[in-house]
Amino acid sequence: MAKKQVVHVKVNGREREAEVEPRLLLVHFIREVLGLTGTHVGCDTSHCGACTVLVDGKTVKSCTMFAPQADGCVLFTVEGLIKDGQLHPLQEGFKEEHGLQCGFCTPGMLMSSYALLQKNAKPSENDIRWGISGNLCRCTGYQNIVKAVQYAADKMGQEGTK
Amino acid sequence: MIPPTFDYLRPATIPEAIALLQQLGDDAKILSGGQSLIPMMKLRLARPAYLIDINRIAGLSYVKEEGGHLKIGGLTREAELESSPLIRSKYPIIHDTARVIADPQVRNMATVAGNLAHGDPANDHPATMLALGAKVVATGLSGVRVIPIGEFFVSLFTTALAQNEIVTEIQIPVPPARSGGAYFKLERKVGDFATAAVAAQITLDAGGVCQQAGIGLTNVGPTPIKATKAEDFLRGKKLDEATLRQAAQLASEAAQPSADLRGPAEYKKALVKELAFRALSRAVERAGK
Repeated sequence: MAKKQVVHVKVNGREREAEVEPRLLLVHFIREVLGLTGTHVGCDTSHCGACTVLVDGKTVKSCTMFAPQADGCVLFTVEGLIKDGQLHPLQEGFKEEHGLQCGFCTPGMLMSSYALLQKNAKPSENDIRWGISGNLCRCTGYQNIVKAVQYAADKMGQEGTK
Repeated sequence: MIPPTFDYLRPATIPEAIALLQQLGDDAKILSGGQSLIPMMKLRLARPAYLIDINRIAGLSYVKEEGGHLKIGGLTREAELESSPLIRSKYPIIHDTARVIADPQVRNMATVAGNLAHGDPANDHPATMLALGAKVVATGLSGVRVIPIGEFFVSLFTTALAQNEIVTEIQIPVPPARSGGAYFKLERKVGDFATAAVAAQITLDAGGVCQQAGIGLTNVGPTPIKATKAEDFLRGKKLDEATLRQAAQLASEAAQPSADLRGPAEYKKALVKELAFRALSRAVERAGK
């Protein structure tokens, strides 16, 4: 068996550490080792984006990264969006605009949208569609997801939140 | 899908990484962006016993002009090219290429050097680098070697890189005035490989006569293809529509596609012809600006 690796991360503001097999994928590290099951395993082939998380502020497909690659990094997952029991404007937007039906793709959609709004506070419809182009949704036809992100952008603009 | 087991190594410098490659031989693979390698490991198409993760090696991520070349560092991510003002303004062909590779998440990880070193004819940068006359800088035990892109792609998934070499830089000659380029790709959906794609780079003289032409084809053969007959045909000519159409025909004759889920061979040849015409037209338009 391969030599285990210590992986230390700061996830949603908390320091966590574990010793894992190098081949452990980041998504399994997040779900099974850290116990954060909000991040989903969808296609497991780097297509669908359900496993999208932020590593050092950038979106990655956590099914296509090994856990030791994230050693020393800051992780941000869907669980980190809620603050003091208040939904993040994006989460509120998805709720208000019916940005989800089955909800399976939603954690990844939220993380890609979050990263988009960090870079571009006032995205056009095109910018949003481009920003979520690595995330597949089989229910909504994307219309309401775009509206949800626009809702969040407007709200965050008014509130000056991040 | 759980990939096969491997030992994970994370060198801090290029010499350390090369020493590991030398010591571990064919059992070792370099882990760069990992966006092709990890899926292949999941499918057991690759089963390295050791992964040498070069992502923490400092100083390998840059895009800059220096000494008459555009230099792209060995760890530069596709997303960095996509957002680089220098690339957008002066190398639109590279901007065209980077933005149609996979999807935003993959582009945050994937490296330009990996896109070349993987040796996959379906990858997008090879055609563009062929059109631009790029050079691949490979660092090995005995130092640095510069490989012209035309000699880099040997066969399917095989490049001119030696087992103990790492791509540390890509160099592109700064195009002269009145140059322009474009990359046109047809893909079934975001994230898919090209059904076919064409890169074209053109330099005109003051009178609008073609001085230099570079044309590369994606995913229509066992290696990326340089359409040399079409390039030769264009040099010395005024680039009107009929001339571009003829060059596009020659480019499609250089394609050697095979039929697959993306379509029959004949369709792909016809597609190359149309994409070549569009890429050349855009290149001429941009050269004139």
